[in-house]
Amino acid sequence: MSAEVDNIIAQEYTLGFETDIQTEQAPLGLNEDIIKFISAKKEEPQWMLEWRLKAYQKWLKMDEPVWAHVHYPPIDYQSISYYSAPKQNISSLDEVDPQILETYRRLGIPIEEQKILAGVAVDAVFDSVSVKTTFSEKLLELGIIFCSISEAIKEHPELVQKYMASVVPMGDNYFACLNAAVFTDGTFAYIPKNVKCPMELSTYFRINALNSGQFERTLIIADEGSYVSYNEGCSAPMRDENQLHAAVVELITLKDAEIKYSTIQNWYPGDKDGKGGIYNFVTKRGKCLGDNSKISWTQVETGAAITWKYPSCILLGEHSRGEFYSVAITSLAQQADTGSKMIHLGKNSSSTIISKGISAMKGSNAYRGLVKIRPQASHARNFTQCDSLLIGSQCAAHTYPYIDIKNPSAQVEHEATTSKISDEQLFYAQSRGLSEEQAISLIVNGFCKEVLNQLPMEFAVEARALLSLTLEGSVG
Amino acid sequence: MLTIKNLDVEIAGKEVIKDLDLDIKEGEVHVIMGLNGTGKSTLLKAIAGSYETKTKGNIEYLGEDILGLNANERATKGIFMSFQNPIEIPGVNTVYFLRTALNEQRKSRGEEPLSSPDFMKQLQEKMAFLEIDKNILQRSLNVGFSGGEKKKSEILQMMMLSPKLILLDEIDSGLDIDALKSVAKGINALRTPQTSLIIITHYNRLLEYVKPDFVHILDSQKIVKRGDASLAKELEEKGYEDVLSS
Repeated sequence: MSAEVDNIIAQEYTLGFETDIQTEQAPLGLNEDIIKFISAKKEEPQWMLEWRLKAYQKWLKMDEPVWAHVHYPPIDYQSISYYSAPKQNISSLDEVDPQILETYRRLGIPIEEQKILAGVAVDAVFDSVSVKTTFSEKLLELGIIFCSISEAIKEHPELVQKYMASVVPMGDNYFACLNAAVFTDGTFAYIPKNVKCPMELSTYFRINALNSGQFERTLIIADEGSYVSYNEGCSAPMRDENQLHAAVVELITLKDAEIKYSTIQNWYPGDKDGKGGIYNFVTKRGKCLGDNSKISWTQVETGAAITWKYPSCILLGEHSRGEFYSVAITSLAQQADTGSKMIHLGKNSSSTIISKGISAMKGSNAYRGLVKIRPQASHARNFTQCDSLLIGSQCAAHTYPYIDIKNPSAQVEHEATTSKISDEQLFYAQSRGLSEEQAISLIVNGFCKEVLNQLPMEFAVEARALLSLTLEGSVG
Repeated sequence: MLTIKNLDVEIAGKEVIKDLDLDIKEGEVHVIMGLNGTGKSTLLKAIAGSYETKTKGNIEYLGEDILGLNANERATKGIFMSFQNPIEIPGVNTVYFLRTALNEQRKSRGEEPLSSPDFMKQLQEKMAFLEIDKNILQRSLNVGFSGGEKKKSEILQMMMLSPKLILLDEIDSGLDIDALKSVAKGINALRTPQTSLIIITHYNRLLEYVKPDFVHILDSQKIVKRGDASLAKELEEKGYEDVLSS
């Protein structure tokens, strides 16, 4: 337990490497021409371009939000490139740049044949353009559409027009509006009526080109009686510039449908003085449109210099259910302001929020949550548990729970704890033979257990490893 | 086995032990008694390698100076300390914790990890021996355990780890007579000519079951009186003031 631990934690970001491929990049800055360029590059229909331009005009009149408990220098939106794509046009894996494949290999992205056995279909997003979608054909047999959002705009415009921005309106917030104007790619999935998707769908995102913001847009629709589990995992190469990431994810469940959405977020966190790292401003929201439908968010947030993210559920259907399970770790000089909103509109709708925040070194972690019960939502229920764990004496944890109840039959519970990994706990575990790092890992994993249990198995294994790695040597 | 010379121990900036000597040979049972706050627990923590203690002087264990070693390194070499108040670790079930600890110790000693079936077999035998309810295995370590369960769980861990030097900090406090007998049974099961014990206690009753070779009284930062088993009895009858002034 000494200052040397700072050195251990400051070890090189293990996924920090950069692939040098020729990218076709838009000039820096944002204006209508850039948006027209993006839209033209993606061969979009006119309606899409018009929608983007409308969003851009809206965005110009908006102000960047300042209410989150995070601090960062002003972002110069004119010094960002809003489009970069690998040059080639690819129809099979053989045509993929070997360097990209190498990147995938080092990330362990399951794009190779062997991964069929693992039952994972991958929509690998490299920078901004989907390079390769596997398993689409197999999924198509079931009527499942799993493709890039660009492809969906061209191939399934009726679904996109019906559902896009139906959960996160164009002007919902500053970052969502920016995304609406400049989104470059992302994932689209549609699960037809009464189909249970037989495999975990997953996408790896990776920021690569210098100065290119990553503006993902994801739309998942589960039709009546269907089920899908979707895994999103992130990592980014090491670099000094702060990179802006403003994604939008929309989920829609119709009657009796269920979407399980799991995320491991491991963007480059910056160094211990707060230099570099990804700015992660994400709008994730699901709408339980139909009765008895369910949306479950699980996230493990270990990376990014700044995380601003509130996966939420709008519970419209009767007996609909929303869940949010979160582990957020801030170490080094990372800042996170994250939590969830559960908006109850349907009768007997229920929701659960389990949030585990872990702060180490100079990390700052804020939980921000809203539970809103509207007058029509009789007998709605919510249970919120919000726990913070502190490691060391320079970190911080904050909790901002908002509860707004307009129906007297509501049943809402809120529990919160703050604890510290104590020397006594460490000594106890060590006196039985565990090393200090194993002891921390054990205690942290125990603390996060309820959330980790929600992850699909392979993801959970990865998450556990990531938790230990992130906190290595963080006790001092 | 253990030789302590000129030991000073500070805890939270306060000098608690000054110039203490203690020599323990293989197979011996030593009891340390003393009023509350005289540094008994601090002494055990210093031997086990707690972060809280700052030490000066010498502690030699099996011929090796161990003051520079971490608690886990000392544990791997066979030192075990049971806690007066066993620490809760939420979300970590007891069986997982115990198996991780055991295999980690084996790994550090260059031994193969114990397989799951072998581990469970040993564990179940020992639990039956100590009359421990099976339900504690799946519960979080020490969380919501009764006083008796906590102490029995310490003894179970001790038996599974088979240490050479056993440090017991008030293992008998808060136990009913049946639990006390189980605990004593566990301790005696580990006694061999090669294992040594240091027991901290306020009462003579545990010593009815675990016969000590030496009894030490700790007061004013050092050992002020040494004797055999009869000293513990005498203390219980007369109290510290009388015994120390005689």
